[in-house]
Amino acid sequence: MEKFTKLTGVAAPLPMVNVDTDMIIPKQFLKTIKRSGLGRNLFDEMRYDEQGNEIADFVLNQPAWRDAEILVAGENFGCGSSREHAPWALLDFGIRCVIAPSFADIFYNNCFKNGILPIALPQEQVDLLMDEARKGANARLSVDLENQTITTTDGTQIGFDIDPFRKHCLLNGLDDIGLTLKKAAEIDAFEGRAQAQRPWV
Amino acid sequence: MTAPRTLYDKIWDDHLVHEDKDGTSLIYIDRHLVHEVTSPQAFEGLRMAGRDVRRPEYTIAVPDHNVPTTPDRAKGIENEESRIQVEALDRNARDFGVNYYPVNDIRQGIVHIIGPEQGWTLPGMTVVCGDSHTATHGAFGALAHGIGTSEVEHVLATQTLIQSKSKNMKVEITGSLPPGVTAKDITLSIIGETGTAGGTGHVIEYCGEAIRELSMEGRMTVCNMAIEGGARAGLIAPDEKTIEYVRGRPHAPKGAAWEAALAYWNTLYTDEGAHFDKVVTLHGEDIAPVVTWGTSPEDVLPVTGTVPDPAEFEGGKVEAARRALDYMGLEPGQRLQDIEIDTVFIGSCTNGRIEDLRAAAAILKGRKVKDGMRAMVVPGSGLVRAQAEEEGLAEIFEQAGFEWRMAGCSMCLAMNPDQLAPGERCAATSNRNFEGRQGRGGRTHLMSPAMAAAAAVTGRLTDVRELMPETV
Repeated sequence: MEKFTKLTGVAAPLPMVNVDTDMIIPKQFLKTIKRSGLGRNLFDEMRYDEQGNEIADFVLNQPAWRDAEILVAGENFGCGSSREHAPWALLDFGIRCVIAPSFADIFYNNCFKNGILPIALPQEQVDLLMDEARKGANARLSVDLENQTITTTDGTQIGFDIDPFRKHCLLNGLDDIGLTLKKAAEIDAFEGRAQAQRPWV
Repeated sequence: MTAPRTLYDKIWDDHLVHEDKDGTSLIYIDRHLVHEVTSPQAFEGLRMAGRDVRRPEYTIAVPDHNVPTTPDRAKGIENEESRIQVEALDRNARDFGVNYYPVNDIRQGIVHIIGPEQGWTLPGMTVVCGDSHTATHGAFGALAHGIGTSEVEHVLATQTLIQSKSKNMKVEITGSLPPGVTAKDITLSIIGETGTAGGTGHVIEYCGEAIRELSMEGRMTVCNMAIEGGARAGLIAPDEKTIEYVRGRPHAPKGAAWEAALAYWNTLYTDEGAHFDKVVTLHGEDIAPVVTWGTSPEDVLPVTGTVPDPAEFEGGKVEAARRALDYMGLEPGQRLQDIEIDTVFIGSCTNGRIEDLRAAAAILKGRKVKDGMRAMVVPGSGLVRAQAEEEGLAEIFEQAGFEWRMAGCSMCLAMNPDQLAPGERCAATSNRNFEGRQGRGGRTHLMSPAMAAAAAVTGRLTDVRELMPETV
């Protein structure tokens, strides 16, 4: 997994609530057996018409936000299906950070497994960043994970919370499975206890 | 003396392998269900790292999302990508030695239907699957939730999951349900009340008389949609009905193991005085047959209602409702029962069990699907299909004009050929009415199987109570 330390980039405004994972990556693109290549179809049904032509007014089709690396959105972002294809599509497009008032649990979790930083902030602060994002390429946001801050071009700084373990993994690009396998002895011990307590399992 | 604990607390405690100071925990997983869409990258990850599946005997795989549901599917899958994905699961199941139900096995079906059906899902277990509707298994008093593909790989390799403990939420449904009101109406009404983020960060325990009165099938319907209310998991304490459902299933414990299991299962309830961070109470008598009008499962109203005006909402929901009405082709103030539909879909992990088919067949018996409509029933498993045939339900569906399909996820998410065309309006017993969910431009109204059957007869959203026999 790629590390996430600092990111300065264009933020795309997507002022919608309940952006679901079917919107982020529709089901016809879940048939892949790979993780890569989904960026082209990120937000597919909002981004392209039925003939596959770009819909000009969708934010990621506008010149200012075509290379966005940050997304600012409404509450309950990523609700619905558990498909990890959603963060894979965001990452493949180039988005490494999503800022919203709240996230659905599974999506939130999936982001951390892929080097994407999801940041939950109070609505007023998201509104402020949404206004910044609307300025396009003239208003890049800087996200600093170590110091847990977002800074706008005029120097306004906003702090954010993050779980320390997740922060540590993201900063160092750590692989969860490798970390867990270091606890193999504890897993073995648990299996021994469970066998005694719940032998029918 | 330990503090009173909730059912969730108890299951959590009994599966805790390791806990860090900050609360990050390693939880043991008893059952890992796997399907073809969210697993190929995980198995590939194992291969690349030279890792095995730690507990293949606890791992159960089945293809369900992509499989065609037409009777000729034994000839193979036409869509190349779908075929490759199912073949990848065939290969991965074989190479890693996990339990497997291939497409041509009569026990094949939707992963959340066959887990309980085969007795893999038992009270007090932890159950995960790379699928958000894993919450279904919570109906047995199991802690069951959806995970992403990276976590699928993590569970395959380690039989554990890294988790932080969720908060406890109680949803109580008091009293009894009126005639014509079902588990689906309960679960949709809860989401209507709490919103799609109302359960975020929580595990829900459903309780109350109306929940106790539900069959296991009904309880699975309620828990299935916990995720639509934002909760990762929903669960119901096991009782006599749970035990009777489990008894004798192929993978349920037998003999002395059964007795030991019963003793343990009897401890699976929330202690008097245990703390819930959030409590929601609905009165069973107040719940009506409901339908969704918009593109979020929280957009739910009694079928007797009218399409709302977006201006009545607050915040970001105003724009969301406007967008939803535009997508759904509806006008504020329109009577829901005047909305004409083109297609009926009965099936899915929410409502593809035998009881669901019985409820729909009871409405369809001696009636016909309205001319010009498309209607299909997709049983949740090969065994549900066989049972429905034995009970004469298949005949009722076919005589009414429904297509009688093979088991799979089908039109719930339209990854196989069962899809809506742009603008096509569907009465569906599935779980999501998101934009494009059942096919690009397709319009979905969620409801119970009986309500969907009623809609098939009249060709419009219909209050099922109008078609019910007077004595219920």
